[in-house]
Amino acid sequence: MDFPMFHLDWLNNRMLIAGIATLHVIINHGLAVGFIPLVTWLEQKGLKRSGANQITDLEWDEKVYKMMKVAFIITTTIGAMTGVGIWFSASLISPSSIGSLIRVFYWAWFTEWIVFVTEVVLIMIYFLTWKNSNKSLRAKIRHIRFGWFLSLASWITMTIIVAILGFMMDPGNWNSNPNLINGFTNPLYLPQLAFRTPMAMLMAGVFGLLLATIFTKYGTEIRKDAVKSISKWIILWAPFTLFGAFWYYKAIPEGMTANMSTAVGTIDFAQYYGLLKYFIIGGVSLSVVIAVIGLFKAKVIRPYMVVLPVVFAFAFLGFFERVREFVRKPYVIGQYMYSNLLLEEDMVVYQQDGILKHATYTSVNEVTEDNKLEAGKNVFMLACSRCHTGQGVNSVVDVFERMTGTKDTLNVAIMAAYMPNMHTGRNYMPPFPGNEAEAEALAIYIRHLQDSGESIEGVQTEGVMVSSDYTVKAVINKQNKTNDNEDDK
Amino acid sequence: MKMINSLLISLQTNIPTPVPKDLPLPLPLPEWLLIIILVISFLAHLVFVNLMLGGTLLTLWSQIKGLKDKKYDLLAKEIASTITVNKSIAVVLGVAPLLSINVLYTVYFYSANALTGLVWIAVIPLVTIAFLLTYLHKYTWKVFENNKAIHISFLGLATVILLFIPFIFLTNINLMMFPEKWAVVKGFFNAMMLPNVFPRYFHFLFASLAVTGLFLFWYMSRKNYEFENLLPGFTRYDIQKKGYSLALIASICQMLMGPIVLLTLPAKGMGWNLILVIFTGVAMALPAMWMMWKGLQASRENIGKNFYKVVTLMTITVVFMGSGRQIYRANALEPHQKLVKLRTEEFQKIKKEAIVKSKRAQAAENSADLSLADKGKKVFNQNCAACHKPKEMLVGPPVTEMATIYKDNKTDLINWIKKPGKKRPNAPQMPGFPQISDEDMSTLTEYILTINES
Repeated sequence: MDFPMFHLDWLNNRMLIAGIATLHVIINHGLAVGFIPLVTWLEQKGLKRSGANQITDLEWDEKVYKMMKVAFIITTTIGAMTGVGIWFSASLISPSSIGSLIRVFYWAWFTEWIVFVTEVVLIMIYFLTWKNSNKSLRAKIRHIRFGWFLSLASWITMTIIVAILGFMMDPGNWNSNPNLINGFTNPLYLPQLAFRTPMAMLMAGVFGLLLATIFTKYGTEIRKDAVKSISKWIILWAPFTLFGAFWYYKAIPEGMTANMSTAVGTIDFAQYYGLLKYFIIGGVSLSVVIAVIGLFKAKVIRPYMVVLPVVFAFAFLGFFERVREFVRKPYVIGQYMYSNLLLEEDMVVYQQDGILKHATYTSVNEVTEDNKLEAGKNVFMLACSRCHTGQGVNSVVDVFERMTGTKDTLNVAIMAAYMPNMHTGRNYMPPFPGNEAEAEALAIYIRHLQDSGESIEGVQTEGVMVSSDYTVKAVINKQNKTNDNEDDK
Repeated sequence: MKMINSLLISLQTNIPTPVPKDLPLPLPLPEWLLIIILVISFLAHLVFVNLMLGGTLLTLWSQIKGLKDKKYDLLAKEIASTITVNKSIAVVLGVAPLLSINVLYTVYFYSANALTGLVWIAVIPLVTIAFLLTYLHKYTWKVFENNKAIHISFLGLATVILLFIPFIFLTNINLMMFPEKWAVVKGFFNAMMLPNVFPRYFHFLFASLAVTGLFLFWYMSRKNYEFENLLPGFTRYDIQKKGYSLALIASICQMLMGPIVLLTLPAKGMGWNLILVIFTGVAMALPAMWMMWKGLQASRENIGKNFYKVVTLMTITVVFMGSGRQIYRANALEPHQKLVKLRTEEFQKIKKEAIVKSKRAQAAENSADLSLADKGKKVFNQNCAACHKPKEMLVGPPVTEMATIYKDNKTDLINWIKKPGKKRPNAPQMPGFPQISDEDMSTLTEYILTINES
């Protein structure tokens, strides 16, 4: 909360991170981790298909190269930039949490970065030397070996990042012993890796099937062979994906239940879990159906048929990431930092003194009779704006209207009375970080939002106000006073 | 304290300068080591950014020239093939300095990011589009052979975007050094107008051209580069000369731009340590420039004689300039960082006291001899008060209503609380509370049923 608050009042702040991150994961899993081994495997198949005086089946090799070109262009542009985008968006929306994580996991990310540099160099070599390697058998074999190295590097990147993600999901370790080892040893690590790996292969298969049908002509022998090969790949990985999903699915709720202060699985959680199950089963079986058709009736498959499984596989991964993020609540870092970026251990101070008193970026530092609306706005920005908007997605007005069943006129007294206890009934909500006067001011502001339809501006357009208690002048004066007092003693 | 005080005098103005708290976590490494990692990794990243931008500009120039003179079109194609590789390395090398600046200057960097938020996040889609355009340009050379205007416009658009991106970074990196400006800045374009952004931009632009000039000299001088096949209209010497000339002219422009950059920097970060480092850097560049000049005068065979010496000296210059940049930042932020530290410590102290106080209060409450009704009330407040008030409808019905419905029927009430259903169409369904222990449940329901209507 001690950062100027960037705010998107229509889109919702979390959505910005989620959109960028989900796109990144889809590209990373579908077009890097899973796709490179698929392409290398297909490239290797070209050697077996070659005639007596050929190095490789050149027509086949050309098609595989085209598939790789698509993956290369997408991963090195949208893939790479959304990766950076996760950092950028996190620094805007969630500075305290990403800042804290980097202070602790600097080395983890640094190591991941080194593997990542290796990966980029390898993908450059693999893709850019493809055509030249077709000049001799030795060069071709070496090229294929590069493909396998690259596959390994992509997978290692994932094993490290999953450890960091695993740590973030892991209950309680932050306070006792925050280090990367806990990421690798936490109960969610292996299930998550066991799910993500075959999932990546499966997605790559579906995506590969789409590309293979696009790049080959209907009725040709080469399309039939390509469809058959990739179908086999999909069928091979499907059971592993289901197994991994099942293992992971079993692992999360338990891990998260332990994380919750009150062990209630709320209605919202239950719904999401239920839906996820259908998404997983649906996504995998749709891929398998198309793969089985591809295996036995390869001729039938057309590009448009594969579009649906591709969309479904992507949707399901997106949904999976959403659930993974959602189960963290009310925390962003388990039992350390709430999703509104306030530390659990600071809560006692805020409830005692009020949050405004300790905030740097606020236009008022105390609720008075005259400033309730403005105070409420500041409290909203500090305590609610990471997850709620005024008028957009997950708007605070909407949730109160839905909850209290009052469409037209929200009741300030009811809202103010609700806030101090809301986290017990809605345990994905952090406790209200403020005193009674601030709860009332917030309620008044929410009512005002309902009446006025006003949207809330973030610092990116409005700039910041600085609390008069925490300007350089005020801090120095206070310091001098303390020193003088000490001198007097 | 007197010392800090005098350091801080310069920070006192009429515009309030905020003193936020820092994250209460230690740095993962000693500060000096992080600074070394930051400076080195940033320079490595920057060199490839220079090559990407310089390459794009030269390709554009060359391809436009190629409209009249076909050989320049071939040269453009050759330079274009280096852009996409350099851009990928530039991006991946950017991660390490980004991590390091996040950890070292958390408060400053994130605050500047937020204040320029929309344009800051626009870096991601903009750069993505520019990258896609460079691929489109690279892989459609044949397709648009007879439609050069369209083909060149792909690259033109990419160039415009890539020329704008440095403004975003420079604005942010500039703004983070001046917390005293945070309260006056309203949005990115406002922050961009702070002094020093534009001079630094041009300084950066000339650096890109100088680095790219040297790069092309090396790239096209390589023995295994099939120069005669790829660039039939040119001799190797032509290109070498062009590379050196570009590097030399751009370096001279750098020298002219440098003092303006220094003079437009606010005084607060100036110091003799900075001046010393910058001028040592300049001193290293001078002989390199002399050698380039000599190379240009020399015979065909000897033009590249001192090439590696030039590169080495220029690299040293770059390291000194990068260090100078860091020294200014450190000088400028030091007093403010001290205040932030003070404030962070103060808050930790307040927190410790508050925790002790609340623990004491809790202990007193627990040890107090509570009546059964009070115990029930406590469970109620913990679990139910969010949605239920004694007499009014809140999210759920008032407690008095429960007391009426379940009068003399404690078991059903307990069952309902453990596993509720849905009764009212206008209110949300109550979540179940299986975690309330039997004992608590008993006192809770006792409390609910005995609550007095009066």
